[in-house]
Amino acid sequence: MTSLKSFMSRQELLGLLVIAAVLFVVMPLAMDIFRLNLFGKYLTYAFVAIGLVLCWGKGGILSLGQGVFFGLGGYCMAMYLKLEASTPEATAIQSTPGIPDFMDWNQITALPWFWEPFNSLTFTLLAIIVVPAVFAFIIGAAMFKRRVGGVYFAIITQAIAAILTILIIGQQGYTGGVNGITDLRTLKGWDIRTDEAKYILYYVNGALLIGVLVLCQIVLKSKLGRLLVAVRDQEDRVRFSGYDVSNIKIFVFCFAAVLSAIGGAMFTLQVGFMSPSFVGIVPSIEMVIFCAVGGRLSIFGAVYGTLLVNWAKTTFSETFPELWLFGLGALFIAVVLVFPNGLSGLYQSYLAPLVDRFMGGKGRGSDPDTSPPAADLTAAPSAKPAE
Amino acid sequence: MRRVKDIVQSRMSRRSLLAGTAATAILMAAGTVSPSFADEVNTTGLAVTDDTVQVGILHSVTGTMAISETGSVQAEKLAIEQINAMGGVLGRKIEYIQEDGASDWPTFAEKAKKLLVNDKVAAVFGCWTSASRKAVLPVFEQYNGMLYYPTFYEGLEQSPNVIYTGQEATQQIIAGIDWVAKEKGAKSFYLLGSDYIWPRTSNKIARKHIEKLGHKVVGEEYYPLGHTQFNSVINKIKLKKPDVIYAIVVGGSNVAFYKQLKAAGIDMTKEKPLLLTISVTEDEIRGIGGENIEGAYAAMKYFQSLDNENNKEFVSAFKEMWGEDIVIGDVTQAAYLGPWLWKAAVEKAGSFDIDKVRLASPGIELTTAPEGYVRVHENHHLWSKTRIGLAKTDGQYELVYETADLMEPDPFPEGYQ
Repeated sequence: MTSLKSFMSRQELLGLLVIAAVLFVVMPLAMDIFRLNLFGKYLTYAFVAIGLVLCWGKGGILSLGQGVFFGLGGYCMAMYLKLEASTPEATAIQSTPGIPDFMDWNQITALPWFWEPFNSLTFTLLAIIVVPAVFAFIIGAAMFKRRVGGVYFAIITQAIAAILTILIIGQQGYTGGVNGITDLRTLKGWDIRTDEAKYILYYVNGALLIGVLVLCQIVLKSKLGRLLVAVRDQEDRVRFSGYDVSNIKIFVFCFAAVLSAIGGAMFTLQVGFMSPSFVGIVPSIEMVIFCAVGGRLSIFGAVYGTLLVNWAKTTFSETFPELWLFGLGALFIAVVLVFPNGLSGLYQSYLAPLVDRFMGGKGRGSDPDTSPPAADLTAAPSAKPAE
Repeated sequence: MRRVKDIVQSRMSRRSLLAGTAATAILMAAGTVSPSFADEVNTTGLAVTDDTVQVGILHSVTGTMAISETGSVQAEKLAIEQINAMGGVLGRKIEYIQEDGASDWPTFAEKAKKLLVNDKVAAVFGCWTSASRKAVLPVFEQYNGMLYYPTFYEGLEQSPNVIYTGQEATQQIIAGIDWVAKEKGAKSFYLLGSDYIWPRTSNKIARKHIEKLGHKVVGEEYYPLGHTQFNSVINKIKLKKPDVIYAIVVGGSNVAFYKQLKAAGIDMTKEKPLLLTISVTEDEIRGIGGENIEGAYAAMKYFQSLDNENNKEFVSAFKEMWGEDIVIGDVTQAAYLGPWLWKAAVEKAGSFDIDKVRLASPGIELTTAPEGYVRVHENHHLWSKTRIGLAKTDGQYELVYETADLMEPDPFPEGYQ
């Protein structure tokens, strides 16, 4: 029990259990497979939002390009699935059977070299982790070693998102262009489009999410996590204390990138395709919004924020197909104006004391960061990243 | 404590009472529906009752594509209203469920699935871009739905679950190039387009056909969607002096392209170079401005100015429903055909079942189509005429040529791939 307590307060344990209960019990009981699959899709964005909590909320590094990593993970998975779907028999109608259909449309007659390794599932799974990590490391090392931060860093991440989108769309023979990589069918012969597969993928996704939450909790409670918060609040003091600030930043940026990529890969599996519309600036900013609505200081809040925003998006757009964007806009404005710390802020100010009293107190307090001090509450999310 | 319990209990009982009433109501409703009647025409559990049938409309009404797709939504609603006024389909009024694809391909897939799985609609009229169609295609094939797709597109596709009411690339391209080669004596062509699958595939077909005729392609270039700087290509055009500029620029880029072309002194009202496009309908001219595109030729199957009885009725009904100053482009007309083709197929099949509608579809003909006459081919595309229009300053096209016969749709053209 002592080891458990050291990285998780009672409140946090409760939070984790509640999320697990919601994911594994409440949702599957309350929803048919269509809605559950939609929720599974929303949950893949939660990986990105959790990454942003670490990166932005705890570390003060605002990245407006997380879609890049979501896309990298998603594309790695999609490339594997597409190769599996493009057997010579299934593509007999093409001029070059055995290559993905969009390559054939673009007069490519042989599989490009960088597609070859994606015939292997092991390589693909590794690539989902390694490719975004290396990419994030390069960006991070280039920026943080030169002490580029704050708004400048945010702008650069946006530029990278824009560049990657243009690259994917421009190289349509190799990437599927604007259409993306579509019509994915099986994973090692297992049909991912059946209802049964959707249930299984939903649970795999949920289990991964819980695993990621626990992992993040361990990171946050470690010395590294405390240093991270210290870097956010007083970067110079950390530096003067002899720590290499840039390494800490690079680590958290890479970590968030890998989380996003896992989300992207799960997205591809559950939705059945990947397209550049997840890589660009708009989806990247949307993901920051999920995180802000949930409360950028809480990894649990990020999950609820993602679910709430996406649920609202689906519901509004089904009910008012021509006006729904206004409803969504109003929701964001309300969150920023009324609850600057998002859902988790609401929880901390109203519910947490009650829960605390109910559970016999003392669970909290041990971690000053999950209950933001008064000064932090007044700092609107928009003001924070600029530091 | 006791009081709380009481309240809870009374609430509980009220709730169960409500639930009970609801259940009875449902049972009663189920009793009144004579299942045998609805079942005859619907054996697969689609949303069909004795007097209604539900269909889906799935276009972008928000986002960057909304400006293009709105016309299709309006046309589909008009067709549905007219069909209902005539007594519906197999005696059932059509009710539509509209969903917004939000110019976002994954959203299209999500909403398509919702329409098919949750709402169990009997048909969906929708999509515009190829990307959105590619995104929903696996959904329609997996859940066995029926999609009526209105846009002219690149071909290379033939799904049992889609009826393509717009032209595929060869229909639009071959007649157009034949015409400029024969009537205008064109020998050299400069191909350009936006950089995605439709312009690229179309230009590939165009190039093969031009070379087959023994003429020359002097340049071929692509620009990203939304590109607005065409000066360099315009300079190249001036240098190479082609007889024909063959332009497949789409969306907002058109505005910049035609304005810059005019500003650079290329006068399309002169015989050389002449400009032939397959991507600018009356809708796009609204954005470009008639004075900037005056003299250009477009090859497609429909123009608002077509002079026939069907079209006059269609245009006046459309304007009555959606306003006097509206324009109708090729895709809008193709979208209008969707509900009518579906109605004809359902009535021929005597059933709403997707499989039966699919089997009944080939051979369906519409003599009331605003474009004149169309017939569904075995390959789910339409036989239709191809027409050449000359753009005028008022934003309308003047018909200068139409093929004598219907063009056969050929989504997988031999020798053009």
